[in-house]
Amino acid sequence: MTLLTPVTDPEGAPFWEHARAGRLHIQACADCGTFRFPPRPCCPHCQSFAREWREVSGHGRIWSYVVPHPPLLPDYAAQAPYNVIVVELADAPRIRLVGNLVARAGARLDSVAPERLRIGARVRVVFDPAGLPQWVLERS
Amino acid sequence: MAAAGIKDATAVVGIGQTAFARHLPEDERTLACRAVLAALDDAGIAPAEVDALASYTMEETDEVELAKAVGFGDLTWFGRIGYGGGGSCATVAQLAAAIAAGQARVGVAWRSRKRGSGARPWTDTVRQLPTPAQWTRPFGLLRPVDEIAMLTRRYLHEYGATRDHLFNVALACRNRANQNPDAIMYDRPLTREMYMTSRWISEPLCLFDNCLETDGALACVVVGAERARDCRRTPVLIHAAAQGLPAQHHGMVNYWNDDPLTGPAWTAARHLWKHADLTPEDVDVAQIYDAFTALVPLSLEGYGFCGRGEGGAFTEQGALETGGRLPINTGGGGLSEAYVHGFNLITEGVRQLRGTSTAQVPGASTCLVTAGEGVPTSALLLRRGD
Ligand SMILES: [Zn+2]
Repeated sequence: MTLLTPVTDPEGAPFWEHARAGRLHIQACADCGTFRFPPRPCCPHCQSFAREWREVSGHGRIWSYVVPHPPLLPDYAAQAPYNVIVVELADAPRIRLVGNLVARAGARLDSVAPERLRIGARVRVVFDPAGLPQWVLERS
Repeated sequence: MAAAGIKDATAVVGIGQTAFARHLPEDERTLACRAVLAALDDAGIAPAEVDALASYTMEETDEVELAKAVGFGDLTWFGRIGYGGGGSCATVAQLAAAIAAGQARVGVAWRSRKRGSGARPWTDTVRQLPTPAQWTRPFGLLRPVDEIAMLTRRYLHEYGATRDHLFNVALACRNRANQNPDAIMYDRPLTREMYMTSRWISEPLCLFDNCLETDGALACVVVGAERARDCRRTPVLIHAAAQGLPAQHHGMVNYWNDDPLTGPAWTAARHLWKHADLTPEDVDVAQIYDAFTALVPLSLEGYGFCGRGEGGAFTEQGALETGGRLPINTGGGGLSEAYVHGFNLITEGVRQLRGTSTAQVPGASTCLVTAGEGVPTSALLLRRGD
């Protein structure tokens, strides 16, 4: 199974380096402090080029989700139907990350039954062996 | 004195198209030539008079190839619009602006595409753009339908809209296609049963929420309003035009701003109505970009036909059908006539104002045409010119 790997750019690379170390970092303006995503060269609020990567808690809520069915790329079709979720981060509500809800770190994209997904569900980040962020349901 | 602007300064005087099919034997360049020559013939204008061109950045046939093939004269204005189907109306708007500014006299806009028999763009795993693909594709958000399904799910959740509302959109388009012999779905009626039991493509969007995959080409001819009076057909004036790229918008994956459910339509609409003598209540018929059914309620809200969150309810009681509050996509649209990046919505808008649609709205004198919502977009407000 070879899923697509992120084709990064200079702005995005630090996100993936942190992820490989098992940490979720989001780019922020080093002058006015505003988080921004996806990462880019300067701040749309204060136009500063000074930037930093700030660790976030990795807690969030499902903002929306889809369940793709074929036709899909072969390695994705092999796991379909699977879920793709958008997570709104607890520490930065306007920052939303695309990911997958899985049963545990490293599990397949179809490891959680689609019926268990709902908007607003609390989730927490985990990382697969390659350093790709994934999400698991928080125990409430 | 304020600049005259483009209001009613130019008109669409010719439209042309090839057949639409899942597979056409001819290549895109040949199809482009056929559509362009048909549009010029419809206008009664010789190819040698054309001095301006506009198309999409995704168009495969370039200006040199087209001009040489069909025998254009000296071109002094040509440009391309990006963002796929978001550029459809902007091609015509660019010609209108050029002609109104005195930079050109006869403009041609066109789109030729073999999306029916050609490759699906999302299957290209080599040409991944870093932004936004690195943030979406590894997780299996692969296709345009997945990206729009994500917004759709949120839309249904926030406003209580339902799949029945999306069905209303699919049905209106299909009913109009059933009246249009050129439409791919001419002889294929749609029922609620068929819709509700069809296969999923990306939940919550099913097969019938998705546009067709079509081979075909279309073109139109734009000239100044004065010249238009001497052409063969009833002139269709370009009353207002706009593009829309909202602050902090992020294309199909517009999850990364404060308010993802108010998209480019809202921005284009503000400019469009500000420069028009008309309001949404004055629009007799609309051609709303429909790569996916869910784009229609989003667009109805954006262009001011109803309030925020009311786009689903607006579709009830046959509002989008002939005789309803706002008949839409009267040729069948991208969902049921042909999907050629929205260009068939422009030509159908022209037909309505000429009085020659296969689903004619009686006495239609104004038509809104919109381009792809969910990407940087564009729109035209057309008005009958006689
Ligand atoms: Zn800043």
